[in-house]
Amino acid sequence: MNPRILTFLRGTATACALALASSLAQAQLSIEITGAGTNRMPVAIASFEGEQTLPRAVTDVVRADLERSGLFKMVELGPSPMGADAPPDFGRVRSRGADAFAVGTVAPSGSGRYQVQFRLFDAAKQVSLGGQAMVMAPNQYRTTGHRIADFIYEKLTGEPGVFSTRIAYVLKSGQRYELQIADADGSNAQTALASKEPIISPAWSPDGSRLAYVSFEAKKPVVYVHSLATGQRNVAANFKGSNSAPAWSPDGRRLAVVLTKDGQSQLYSVNADGSGVQRLASSSGIDTEPAWSTDGWIYFTSDRGGSPQIYRVPAGGGDAQRVSFEGSYNVSPRPSPDGKSLVYVARNGGRFQVTLLDLNSRQTQILTDSAKDESPSFAPNGRMVLYATEVGGRGVLAAVSSDGRVKQRLSVQSGDVREPAWGPQPRN
Amino acid sequence: MKYTRITLSLITVGLLAACSSSPSTEGQSGATVEDRPSGAASSGVDSNRVVPVDANGAGGKSAYPELKDPKNILSKRSVLFDYDSYVIKDEYRSLVEAHAKFLTSHPSVKMLIQGNTDERGSREYNLALGQKRSDAVKKALTLLGVSESQLESVSLGEEKPSCSDASEACWSANRRGDMLYSGEF
Repeated sequence: MNPRILTFLRGTATACALALASSLAQAQLSIEITGAGTNRMPVAIASFEGEQTLPRAVTDVVRADLERSGLFKMVELGPSPMGADAPPDFGRVRSRGADAFAVGTVAPSGSGRYQVQFRLFDAAKQVSLGGQAMVMAPNQYRTTGHRIADFIYEKLTGEPGVFSTRIAYVLKSGQRYELQIADADGSNAQTALASKEPIISPAWSPDGSRLAYVSFEAKKPVVYVHSLATGQRNVAANFKGSNSAPAWSPDGRRLAVVLTKDGQSQLYSVNADGSGVQRLASSSGIDTEPAWSTDGWIYFTSDRGGSPQIYRVPAGGGDAQRVSFEGSYNVSPRPSPDGKSLVYVARNGGRFQVTLLDLNSRQTQILTDSAKDESPSFAPNGRMVLYATEVGGRGVLAAVSSDGRVKQRLSVQSGDVREPAWGPQPRN
Repeated sequence: MKYTRITLSLITVGLLAACSSSPSTEGQSGATVEDRPSGAASSGVDSNRVVPVDANGAGGKSAYPELKDPKNILSKRSVLFDYDSYVIKDEYRSLVEAHAKFLTSHPSVKMLIQGNTDERGSREYNLALGQKRSDAVKKALTLLGVSESQLESVSLGEEKPSCSDASEACWSANRRGDMLYSGEF
């Protein structure tokens, strides 16, 4: 990869990606960028030849994704499209100040489908950074745009993009609760479950096909597993007492859950179909909010020491270790995808704030300036953290880069949005 | 613990009617599987399709009018707790005793006790704290002779506030245990 670009990106320190956001009229969620990196890389996405025949330009989606990541500044190249096959006009691009640019062609490929071809160039070195061709139906322009943005993001930063991922969250409007799934940019929101009773704690299966969550539709908390593509769901935990806080094992076969069937809230695991319940840990206090790491730990919240703090146990069994030590209220732990850091909510004075803990250096960093943060979860590339907070008395979602610089807010016109969970990379 | 002394110091009681359940899988209640028409997913983008499910069920009615009679203490179903406390206050002693008496004289009746918390902090941790309140009510009832099989204590955490302002008056109303009888949940 272009050393200049690499250097540039390392210099910005705002490596992040992601994007909640924006856009379409149909989207219920709207995004606002509330903080961006300081040295954003200038990038141009030329209009693709032939894309005006689509319902909406693929390149609009690509530009919006890259812009929202907080890492890139979009450079305008004017209305004339640049095709994937023509020799690129490097001089024109350089004169506009772009360090990298993409060109492309959209052409009918038969049966009402289109082939989208694009190439990415380093404008300074005047070399190709690669390209792709994909075939799509006209209404798939958003998905195609996200994939192109992911390709560009990865080529320019060296890390996977998360523009093609989805998020889950709960929308509360009056007394109605909806578990919704939307694209990572907030568009294309769909309701997976509607209820008059609360829904909390959605958790994505590692393959992204199912959600586990807690629904109160039976007047008590019960854990369900729900297949998104079919709407089929099954009870994963409905023991006497409360059943809550589901967390998937990395292999997607088991769920850690919190049950009160034997007394206080304690950690157990069950198969996704509800069979095979086993105790995971025991204490004389509350143990809750388990989260499986990819490196063999289960992180959780426990007040066994008097105040709620973060602990961890080996997933295969063993003694608990205390992980958080500062302050008297540290809850909702979520390990990063690489297992090297942990995000959680800490109470500082009367403020509840998303906090990052580097598990090697033991350094902590408060990532937000808000006061009612809840339910943090990492993007699958580890660069952004999605969480719930409150603005003007209303529940909104927000995302912050793991270095605290890039900030976005995702809200709806009316109603509260809460309990977000960032889904995994799609498996193609 | 000082349950007897406490006896009712705070708490919210929820009543319960627990339902409960024929244990199917290892003590689980009804691990039902709902088959919904699937709108299937073909490939690519279409596999992102999400099929909506409606979870709204139906409520029931109690066969015992005294439970609904505003002049009867049994119509009172809530026990309030102090901040960060899981002990039933003395002022709720007669209420809990009345419900214990009703349950012991109607052994087929079940009660669901729902514990609640105020809104501050983690939803799941609050769910666990609410459980401590419903457990306190359940314990008080069993100490008064109610069979454990008639009782189920659960938590609604901060999810079902009776009052939604961010004020101490409201928060205290939400630190509550509610008692529901069979047919009410």
